[in-house]
Amino acid sequence: MKTPIQFQLNGEDVAAFSDSGSNLLDVLRESIGDLTVKGGCWQGTCGTCTVLVDGAPRLSCVTLAEACAGKSIETVAGLRRGADLHPLQNAFMEHFAAQCGYCTPGMLMAAKALLDRNPNPTRENVVDALCGNICRCTGYEPIIQAVLDAARSDNRRRA
Amino acid sequence: MLEFRKDIFADERDDNLIEIGQPTQRQDILGHVTGTSPYYDDHRFANLLHLKILRSPHAHARIRSIDDSAAARAPGVKRIIRAADVPVNLNTLLSLIQFGKDDEPSLASDFVRYKGEPILGIVASSERAALEALALVRVDYDQLPAVFDVEEALKPGAPSVNATYPKNTFEYYGKYDHQKLRFGEVEAAFKEADIVVEDRYQMSPIEHAPTETNGSIAVPDTNGRLIVYTSTQALFFSLDTSAKINAIQSNQLHFIGGTVGGGFGGKVDTLTEPLVILAARLIGAPVRYRFSRHEEMQYGSPRGAERIYVKDGIMKDGRIVARKVRAYFDSGAYTRLSSYAVVKCVAHIPGPYTIPNVHADVYCVFTNRTPATAMRGFGVTALDFALECQMDKLAVAVGMDPLEFRILNSYRDGDMKAHRREAKNCALIECAQVAAEKANWPIRDEFRRMSSRQGGGPARTGGGADRTRAPAIAPAVAPPTAVPQRVAYERPAAAAAPPSPPPRSASPPPPAAPSSGSTHGAPRFSSVFGTRRR
Repeated sequence: MKTPIQFQLNGEDVAAFSDSGSNLLDVLRESIGDLTVKGGCWQGTCGTCTVLVDGAPRLSCVTLAEACAGKSIETVAGLRRGADLHPLQNAFMEHFAAQCGYCTPGMLMAAKALLDRNPNPTRENVVDALCGNICRCTGYEPIIQAVLDAARSDNRRRA
Repeated sequence: MLEFRKDIFADERDDNLIEIGQPTQRQDILGHVTGTSPYYDDHRFANLLHLKILRSPHAHARIRSIDDSAAARAPGVKRIIRAADVPVNLNTLLSLIQFGKDDEPSLASDFVRYKGEPILGIVASSERAALEALALVRVDYDQLPAVFDVEEALKPGAPSVNATYPKNTFEYYGKYDHQKLRFGEVEAAFKEADIVVEDRYQMSPIEHAPTETNGSIAVPDTNGRLIVYTSTQALFFSLDTSAKINAIQSNQLHFIGGTVGGGFGGKVDTLTEPLVILAARLIGAPVRYRFSRHEEMQYGSPRGAERIYVKDGIMKDGRIVARKVRAYFDSGAYTRLSSYAVVKCVAHIPGPYTIPNVHADVYCVFTNRTPATAMRGFGVTALDFALECQMDKLAVAVGMDPLEFRILNSYRDGDMKAHRREAKNCALIECAQVAAEKANWPIRDEFRRMSSRQGGGPARTGGGADRTRAPAIAPAVAPPTAVPQRVAYERPAAAAAPPSPPPRSASPPPPAAPSSGSTHGAPRFSSVFGTRRR
């Protein structure tokens, strides 16, 4: 039985037919084709598939797609500001905060959720915001530094 | 931040390096931060089918019968892949370099030898349909005694794990059940040693746990070939292994790798490609075989568990005079790469230290555990864990600073290693000195002045080395003497020289240091051809 779902993805209206009971990760990747969202565990433990649902970080692999009807979803595909990269993306590049790159989309979205609600996070705030995201390559410190630096540079730009 | 210490061995290179010492941006970083780097599963195909695998719930059992009739009728099922469908259903990874015997089936038919071993595959229109069909397969097992400990596996009467190696040990050169290293006479040296320290070290298996699980997609091409998108770390290795198991020519396979979502050694075993290729060939449609996280943790091969016994004889002045190592590598149920890990381990014994009497026996042992594989320095890492723990204990035993103790025993240029190769381009002493400096760890002046280029030579192991077995390799630099020479650290304090660059000719016997008159220049520096020094 296919179920129709409509929601906003990175500011655009999208619609898909999905199997009843599908998770948001599968709908985004398989039905809509947003491959910037990655699956790592499909059981809600690694944070790789993190997207924003109405601004809050959610594990898309354990989020029922039908429950997202009418909501606003954000993924890395919508992170750029026009032709420019988001400050978080620039900071991740400058700080060598990605190695294999597979956890990076989830890290970026968890970090964006933090900066959107707290533009001046402390190190503890950053660690707390990323505590659900597993990285097996970098050892976390470059990622934490990148998020702190992105907050500083974004604030400078706004000032 | 990165610091490039150009003062060390400064006379051995020109100061003309442009890239080294400078940060360089990754070429794939833009794709990573925009989520557009192409991992194997980011390729889309119409009517993609999904392969899921039935796995053994037992560590050791005989398969009496398999009933997949209900699964074959389940909704969405396209094909059941059985052991009999696999063209060459016995393989060992290193058969590609003629090392070891084929010992591992792609799908088990008679026995299962570890929990998680693949038995049967189901290809269906969705992962969910494949999983629901798998639940309908009935397997009748006859459970057998299992062995999970390397030393238990070697005892008489232990369950035989692997039919190809019934004695539970890998066979080297067709006849040896372990790898040996012999240098000098350890037992005599233990008798003469002031202190003997012995201990046992145990590593656990470690799962690589890459955030991207193992997987691959096989797509029939229009020219009779198959295109395979894969997470492999070893593209051509996986291609050749897949060709062998499928009994096809390598040029019928077009492997596309690229971005890998973490590997660390856990993606070299070609765990998914042979069966996904077989499925795509049997059905004629694109098929994906992707590990769940549970499969990655249970069935994805880990770093092997290793048990290492180390016995050392030391003198009160800090010299290690004998080292005896007995180690067991837990290969799990099949060989994979552990046979090679053992060779690496033996090549690393006794660690980066000059010891005149060395004795090692290292075994590759089969148990009913998940087959082990490569992981970051496998074969060496666990040994170093054991040896460096042991080094700390030895330092305590003789009342020495642990760093000074290591500097004292480090390889120096010209030393004869236990493998009867001359130590060259040594730098451990300098590394230890810099580490001490960075950590504000006080070491005495005489140790700060020591150099890898001073005080080494075959005489340091002359008392113990069995010269008759290595006449061609041992260089005729100095005649072996019965008394180990440790002249460098006995140098009087008055001989103090500026620490950088280190003095090169202060103490007898003169080491074969680079001639001071030679010109600097890149031609002398070649890490590839090993001509940096001498």
